[in-house]
Amino acid sequence: MSEANASIVEMRGIVKSFPGVLANAGIDFDLLPGEIHALLGENGAGKTTLMNILYGLYPPDAGEMRFLGERLVLHSAADAIARGLGMVHQHFMLVKPFTVAENIVLGQQSPREPLMESPPIVHKRLEALSQQYGLAIDPAAEVWTLSVGEQQRVEILKALYRGARVLILDEPTAVLTPQEVRGLLDILRRLVDEGKSIVFISHKLNEVLAASTRITVLRDGKVIGTVPTSQTNEQDLARMMVGREVILRVSKGPAHPETPRLVIQDLHVSDDRGLPSLRGVNLEVRTGEILGIAGVAGNGQTELEEAVAGLRRPTKGRITLSGQDTTHSGPHAVSTAGLAHIPSDRYGMGMLRDFSIAENLVLQRVGERPFTRRGWLDEAAIRHNARELVSAYDVRTPSVETLAGTLSGGNAQKMILARELDRHPKVLLAAQPTRGLDVSAIEFVHRKLVEQRDAGMAILLISTELDEILALSDRIAVMYEGQIMGVVDAQSADVNALGLMMAGSTTARTENQAAPEGV
Amino acid sequence: MDWSLILNWAFLIALVTSGIRLAVPILLATLGEIITERAGILNLGLEGVMTLGGLVGFMAAYYTQTGPLAGVSGWIGLAAGMVAGMAMGLILAVLAITLQADQVIAGVTLVVFGQGVANYLYGQLFKSLTARTSGLPLLPIPLLSQIPVLGDIFFNHDGSVYLTVFLVILVWFFLFRTTWGLRLRTMGENPAAGETSGLNVNRTRYVATLLGSALAGLGGAVLTAVQLRLFREGIIAGRGWIAVALVIFANWRPTLALAGAMLLGLADSIQYRIQALSQVERGVGTIPYEFLLMLPYVLTILVLLLRTGRSDAPEVLGRPYLKGES
Amino acid sequence: MTVATTEANALPRAHWAKWVVTLGAPLVGVIVGLAIGALLILLAGRDPIAAYGVMWQGALGGPRQIEETLLKTTPLLLMGLGLTAAFRARVWNIGGEGQYFMGALLGGIVALSFPHWPRPLLVTAMLAAGIVGGVLWALIPGWLKVRRGMNEIISTLMLNYIAILLMQYVARGPLQEPGGFLPQSAQFPDAATLPVLGSTRIHLGVFLAVACVPIVYTLLWSTPLGFRLRAVGMRASVARYAGISVNTIILFALAFSGALAGLAGIIEVSTLYTRLSGNISGGYGFSGILVALLGRMHPLGVTVASVFFAALVIGAQSMKVVYGLPDSLASAIQAVVVLSVLAADALAHRR
Repeated sequence: MSEANASIVEMRGIVKSFPGVLANAGIDFDLLPGEIHALLGENGAGKTTLMNILYGLYPPDAGEMRFLGERLVLHSAADAIARGLGMVHQHFMLVKPFTVAENIVLGQQSPREPLMESPPIVHKRLEALSQQYGLAIDPAAEVWTLSVGEQQRVEILKALYRGARVLILDEPTAVLTPQEVRGLLDILRRLVDEGKSIVFISHKLNEVLAASTRITVLRDGKVIGTVPTSQTNEQDLARMMVGREVILRVSKGPAHPETPRLVIQDLHVSDDRGLPSLRGVNLEVRTGEILGIAGVAGNGQTELEEAVAGLRRPTKGRITLSGQDTTHSGPHAVSTAGLAHIPSDRYGMGMLRDFSIAENLVLQRVGERPFTRRGWLDEAAIRHNARELVSAYDVRTPSVETLAGTLSGGNAQKMILARELDRHPKVLLAAQPTRGLDVSAIEFVHRKLVEQRDAGMAILLISTELDEILALSDRIAVMYEGQIMGVVDAQSADVNALGLMMAGSTTARTENQAAPEGV
Repeated sequence: MDWSLILNWAFLIALVTSGIRLAVPILLATLGEIITERAGILNLGLEGVMTLGGLVGFMAAYYTQTGPLAGVSGWIGLAAGMVAGMAMGLILAVLAITLQADQVIAGVTLVVFGQGVANYLYGQLFKSLTARTSGLPLLPIPLLSQIPVLGDIFFNHDGSVYLTVFLVILVWFFLFRTTWGLRLRTMGENPAAGETSGLNVNRTRYVATLLGSALAGLGGAVLTAVQLRLFREGIIAGRGWIAVALVIFANWRPTLALAGAMLLGLADSIQYRIQALSQVERGVGTIPYEFLLMLPYVLTILVLLLRTGRSDAPEVLGRPYLKGES
Repeated sequence: MTVATTEANALPRAHWAKWVVTLGAPLVGVIVGLAIGALLILLAGRDPIAAYGVMWQGALGGPRQIEETLLKTTPLLLMGLGLTAAFRARVWNIGGEGQYFMGALLGGIVALSFPHWPRPLLVTAMLAAGIVGGVLWALIPGWLKVRRGMNEIISTLMLNYIAILLMQYVARGPLQEPGGFLPQSAQFPDAATLPVLGSTRIHLGVFLAVACVPIVYTLLWSTPLGFRLRAVGMRASVARYAGISVNTIILFALAFSGALAGLAGIIEVSTLYTRLSGNISGGYGFSGILVALLGRMHPLGVTVASVFFAALVIGAQSMKVVYGLPDSLASAIQAVVVLSVLAADALAHRR
């Protein structure tokens, strides 16, 4: 059977379930040679699972796959690689202490096994390859020294080095500035010119529309539709993704900011290795406003979050919360001073999976009344508190005694939100508040944040999703390499200018400031 | 105290020479644990592995020292010790890798198991405490052993010492100059990177654990069959635990492991010799011998305390790997 | 919807499954342990059934045997309970043996120094000193961990050896029995004897140990301190975020387990050995760890586990007398039991 447009990859009836969740419920998917096929869907729709199956990481429960017409049975990624499939994962699969070259040849047989191939030879080969595809890298550099964008190039090069003809990219733009995203799309087109076929997983409508030639929309593990990109638009796609009309922007009245509640002056913070992470940050958040910190991941946002929350000691500078100096305070003191914190690391900071929902909801306040009376825990009070919060914040759970680990991402985040807001803080620090959430949960969180702002709370929002920053913030500060490149009024913000600042450009800064920096 | 007894060449040479010998069991266990931990698996059962390896090695050497294999009975003992070590390692590997049990708990329990089984078997099979093996013959290296001072210290040992030095170099080369070593180290830093590159995480970790515990078993056998030439309850005396500490001190590198083990070997050596001296010289008994015996343990704590600088601990050490998790 | 499926399935499955695992795993472990023990007995050329029969008789065959088993349970229970608290905070106190010795040492010093004190005063002081000894010895690795980031497994272990050597020195040297030439101290004075129940040998220590069961339970589950301790054990980074002082919890965990270990030490020495020497332990340091693990780090489980282990040890002593089988058999069986429980537990969780 030789059709003119025979698919290079075919997946039929793919079913895959994990404990408690049916990730893929009978999916048909095919990839034509030379196309950029986007796999679109919200978080949890089953896109990554489908591609992990294609890459051989686990077998499907049912269904079959074909590569160039031949049946494809994969026992491991090694089989997939051997067939010419390459995957760049959302979280990079790189060994930080190793060099770029070592990472790329990992898993390949050296011509003189078990001795490693001579580094100069490998480096030469890599340099040639990187020239061919326009992916500039230094083969001798150790990966931990590379920027996120550079690491991504290494990942792509790794797949190409292994002879990939089909390239799967999982959420590749999550870590890029708008300009870098354009650069990536150029690279993808070049790859197609060189004969590759590409699957591009994303949850971002605009990028998918810009990059792809065909789009398949997944929802709840099923294919909703496959359309040529030229024949669709944002509204249609959003409707397919979510199943109903989606309001793409949260409605928000004007802000009425008043007194500064959180003042950060000349803050210097070092990372775990002792290298400077924040290099003189000046910021101010006033009551009744949302200050959004935009920036690509890895430019000091985590250290900023930790310093404000009292989890990391600044080396220089000052943090003032409601008039109180909290620069060297720990999390408990910061909380007493009126800060609530929705952490970027949900499971590593924000909640204990093996504690019940009720216990999680009193995490910081367990020793206070009414949860402790005369030295003993008051279980009834803890349960009562939990029931009220669970109902007010629409946390879907059969009982407040169930372990918090059973909650879905959205419900877990709502639980954390409930706990933090119930403390009636003066300042809210919300870091990546909607990461990994489905659309309805995102809407909920956004609505709540705006509500609190209108009620007079000062909110510091840190997010790598530029859309979120644009939708929620009243003022936007852009972070790059530990410094604030500029603070602009959200109303008049220009995405291009923001993108330039996110990439370190200083010219954009002076042209786009609505108010003097940080004040 | 008569210092002339200590500050003379003969004493010092004997001190360092025996220091090298005493370092061997600890060094072997440390090398083994470096391999295991570099793959991400924490084997806290070393004390038990060394005990069982010591017993099995002793038994094998004892039973073969009379008879046709008498000439190589020492080496048979060492080989047997390695096999016993691997068996213990297999238990840990199944628990930690396949069953994903908590590695700390599994390791500590394995110690009690190894000691219990070893003591029990010895009690059953040897009715008296006087069983002895013949050890290994000294192998002075021709020419080199004639060098004054250095020749005695470095080139006048039995085969197990030379084997150990060779193993230090071999392990270093294996870890840092071969593809196998690269892949093994990947499993300790980012196993998902290994899996998505087509490697088998669990198989690599199994191999690392078995290799590591084989070396620890060898270390135990050297101590019992070759050096002390006997076995009794508690003979390992914490060396397995000290090895765990030395891995941290050595920053997971074979070269520093050599240094650390030498330090402890020397401490051991000093402690034995001063004890012997204080029995000769009445007046020396200012330091009770129990305090001298404490030296290795105190030193281990100090050595860890004083360690500064960047830690090269494998990123995912002790954390179970869930396949296909990305 | 996928979300609903997760939650609807979670509760019913989780509930009964949890109990099956919690009780099933130790049961499987015990069976496997006894089976392997039978193998070891066979290896020694004896009939396992008969040998186990002797064991059972020896441990629980009559009121005097049960009394012995209860007495043996006491130090195991105390150490197991202390370690339950420590392990729940993921503080791996492997130094129970050393803390036991130091409790015995300090308590012994008090007992030997004030023989003329009235009995209730001396006993109380002696027990208190035992607790203090254990606490202080445990706080050394605590300080090392909190101030210098030193791994507590290694520090507590090294201190084990140091403590035993220290005791040996003291028993041979400064506190040696005047006029004697064995490495042991003088016998404890009469006033340092724990009161016993009627005509039995069940002494105050047994009651103290039993009293600790509800104490540890309420500590862990009914107090804010216990809540924070468990939080630290689950994920220290979350506890830190929540404003919990992780260092304080670590120190408490070590001090608490050290206290109970020290108490176990002074109780055993004053009731069983009545002198200080290097030979005052049945390896409770490590057995205590196994008991805590077998008992699923829960006071009730630990109680059952310590009775089981005590029975094993007493029974093994009978086996030694009757068949000549060494005590180490009991240790081997204990360890196999715990390993099997670990395996069964891990197997169940993987599903």
